[in-house]
Amino acid sequence: MKQILLALLIGASLPAFAEMPVFQITIKDHLFQPAQTMIPAGQQVKLVVDNQDDTPEEFEGDDFDVEKIIPGHSQAEILVGPFEAGEYKFVGEFHEDTAKGALIVQ
Amino acid sequence: MLSSAVIVFREVLEAALIVTILMAATRGLRGRTQWIGGGLVVGLSGAFVVALFAGSINSAFKGVGQELLNAGILLTAVSMLAWHNIWMSRHARALVAQLKQVGARITEGSLPLYVLAVTAGLAVLREGSEVVLFMYGVAASGSSASMMLSGGALGVVVGIAAGALLYFGLLRIPTQWLFRVTGWLILLLAAGLAASAAGYLSQAGILPSQAPLWNSSALLSEKSILGQLLHVLVGYQARPTAIQLGFYLVTLLLIAGAMKWVGNAQPRVRAKASGA
Repeated sequence: MKQILLALLIGASLPAFAEMPVFQITIKDHLFQPAQTMIPAGQQVKLVVDNQDDTPEEFEGDDFDVEKIIPGHSQAEILVGPFEAGEYKFVGEFHEDTAKGALIVQ
Repeated sequence: MLSSAVIVFREVLEAALIVTILMAATRGLRGRTQWIGGGLVVGLSGAFVVALFAGSINSAFKGVGQELLNAGILLTAVSMLAWHNIWMSRHARALVAQLKQVGARITEGSLPLYVLAVTAGLAVLREGSEVVLFMYGVAASGSSASMMLSGGALGVVVGIAAGALLYFGLLRIPTQWLFRVTGWLILLLAAGLAASAAGYLSQAGILPSQAPLWNSSALLSEKSILGQLLHVLVGYQARPTAIQLGFYLVTLLLIAGAMKWVGNAQPRVRAKASGA
């Protein structure tokens, strides 16, 4: 019984991992490119944030709870969602004046 | 300048409040100043090390090293605070008696003071490393660096001042109530830290991701000063998930339960203190 449950659990979770959509966001000159990223609703997605600046940045959700420091010239993978449809803003906390972005969830 | 002051203030405030509550909660314990001070120095040095190795920490454990480090720091702090509170539930009366100078001494069992050092150190380690990274970025950016750096320094000063304000406020509490109040503060603080740790574990993909139970950020944003204060002091979160709420409540009940159990198991101390 235990094995069956375990198999079901693994079976149910594996495809979710395999199909997790990935979106690229670049930080350059303390700006997010693209500033808006469309992601699907009701599903966890992976953001790959590439900080091309010399300085570290902190990726921080305004309308969702994520906090991750990304050192200069490095990438970070960030899992977000599942979200309902809508706009979810985020900022680069270390350069909040310019580093503004949003996830458009559809 | 103001923007950097605000960012640094936010980080410093959390560490300052934790250390403050710890200081007030251990009033009268011999050696606590040295141990807490030592913890601060080590934690601050550690913050520079963490900042220096931010790149390697990030790529560790398949890219979730930072989340695991944060969750580890938070959960360690939670267990230290729990230990402190449970110990206090047994010795608070004797401490009060000692503070009132009626000659009572704490003889039986002592709080390993490194508990204080570790908690204070971890608080500055976590928040300090973010400040160091931010200030490094500011310093490297050139043009307006000196303005931004003085803004950062202002943030440090105001953050510490807020901590000092709370400290002297807490010390105004009559001695017989002081440890009860700090006990409650630490209990809520620990529960809030546990909920934050759960957030990092979800972000790392170790705990499942969930939609938040509610969203009260329009009512009280965590980024506002009041929201920030309540976040540190009672663990307020504008968008908690069921897992985070679970961590919060379980931590609260476990520590409170252990405090009650240990406190009740020691009627001797109580008799001694009141008899003195």
